[in-house]
Amino acid sequence: MPTPPSPTGPAALVATGHSREAVEVMRLEPKIATRMGDGSLVEMTRSEIKADIEDGTQQAAKRAKTEPLTPDEQDHLLDIYASSARFTAVDIGEEVIMSNDGTGTKHIGNRVQDLQTYEQVVGIDMVELWQIDYSYKAIKTNVAHEGQTMKIAQMLCTNPVQYGAMPDLGRYSKPDGPIPNWSELLPLMKVDEARAAQLEACDMLVEDINYVADHMIEAGADGIDMDTTGAAGDADFLAGLTACRMLREKYPWLGIEIGMASEFVLGMHGQLTFDGERLAGMWPKDQVRMVQAAGASIYGPAININTGKSTAWNIARAMTFIKPAAEIAEIPVHVNVGMGVGGVPTCVYPPADATSRASKAFVEILKIDGY
Amino acid sequence: MGGMRTAGDLVARMQMTRRMRLKEAKAYVADKLGCGVRDLSDPIAMEQIRGDKGLGLLPHTSAVRPGEAGMIEAKFNIARTLDIPINCVERFKERAGL
Repeated sequence: MPTPPSPTGPAALVATGHSREAVEVMRLEPKIATRMGDGSLVEMTRSEIKADIEDGTQQAAKRAKTEPLTPDEQDHLLDIYASSARFTAVDIGEEVIMSNDGTGTKHIGNRVQDLQTYEQVVGIDMVELWQIDYSYKAIKTNVAHEGQTMKIAQMLCTNPVQYGAMPDLGRYSKPDGPIPNWSELLPLMKVDEARAAQLEACDMLVEDINYVADHMIEAGADGIDMDTTGAAGDADFLAGLTACRMLREKYPWLGIEIGMASEFVLGMHGQLTFDGERLAGMWPKDQVRMVQAAGASIYGPAININTGKSTAWNIARAMTFIKPAAEIAEIPVHVNVGMGVGGVPTCVYPPADATSRASKAFVEILKIDGY
Repeated sequence: MGGMRTAGDLVARMQMTRRMRLKEAKAYVADKLGCGVRDLSDPIAMEQIRGDKGLGLLPHTSAVRPGEAGMIEAKFNIARTLDIPINCVERFKERAGL
C-alpha cells in the first residue's frame, strides 16, 4: 500500500497524537487597524476592506449614474487602505496645493497670527481670513473691520490670502431674515410663494457677496472663497455662480474658489437654471462645468461621510462621485478633504492615518490639483 | 506642497490668478524660476532659489534674514518674477505714490 503524501497547508496543522479526533486549524487572515466614518478605530481584514471598496464604488455609481472605479483603481485604493502604516504620503514631486478654508483655530493669539502660523509652521500654500459667523450676510455688518484685518494680513503674509465665508441663503428667510421661509411654505403646498421667496433671497445674497468681496479686494485680498455653496439648495448655488460671474467681470486676476456643500444640489426651488441648465440634481461632473463657466478659479467638490461605514467604503464612494469631474475640469479641483467630507471621518480631531490615506488616494488616482 | 518652505505659494498663485491646473501651474513656475519641476517641492532647492530672487524665506531661529525681502516686500518680487498682478502690491504702489 503506497504511503499517502504528507499534508500541506492547513491540513499540515491537523492535530494528531493524544486525541483521536482530528482538529483542523484554519489560518486566519491578518487584521488591519482602520477607521470607521465616525473616526472609531476598528480592525478589518484585507478582504473586508476590498469588499467595502467594491460596495462603496458600486453604490455611488448607481446613485450618480456614472461608472464605478476601474479594477486597477480599486486595487490601488486597496493598497492604500490595507496598509497598517501610521501615516502615508504621495511620492516626492507629486505634492499638490493646500488651500485652507477657515485657516486657523481663532484661538492662537489673533487671526493674523493664525494665518502666519499656518504659513510658517504648518506649510500651507494658501491661507484664508474668516470670521466665526461664517456667512456673507453677517460679515456685511462688520466689513470695515474685516477689511482692516485683511490689510494687516497682507502686509505680514507672503502666501496668498483669500477671504472666505458661506453664501448661506437660509439666513435671508424668517426668522433670521426678511424673506418668507420657503421651508415653511413648501409643506403648505405654497410652491409658487416658496419659489418666489428663494429668488428674492438669491438677489439679496448676490448683492451681499459682491459688497463684501469689493471691500476685501479694496483691502488687498488675493481671492474670494464661497464655501459650502449650495447648502440651501439650487438657489444658494445660483447665487454663488451669479456672484462669481460678476466678480470675474470686475476682477480678471482674482482668485475665486467655489466649494460645495455636498455631492448633490438639492432642488429646493427645482426650476432654476444657469446658462440654460437646471441646477437641481447636479452631481460633481455638472457642478464643475457650471463653476468654471461662471469664471471661478478653483472648484471644491464635497462628498459627505456615512459614519456607519468604513473609511475605505467612504473613500471609494467619494472618488466615484468626483472622478468624472476631475477628468473634464479645465480649472483646478481642490477636493474638500476634512472633518466629515472626502473620506475623512466626522470627528473633531481627524486622525492622520485617515487624512493622509484620503489625500494620497485623491492625488494618485484622481490626479486632483489640491485639497 | 509646503507653502513658503517650497514653491507652494507660487504655484497656488498661478492656480488662483490664471486658473491653471496643477501640472500647468508647476511647469509655469519652474520655467519662470529657471529650475526643474521637482525642485518646486524641495525645501533645500527652494531656499536657494527664493533667496536668490528675493521671494521670501521663513524666518527661523537658526536663520533670520532681516536684510532680505520678506512679506509685502517679497510679494513685489513674486509679482515681477511670475509676471502676474498681486492685488496688495498694486494697492501699495498706488497708495504710496510709487
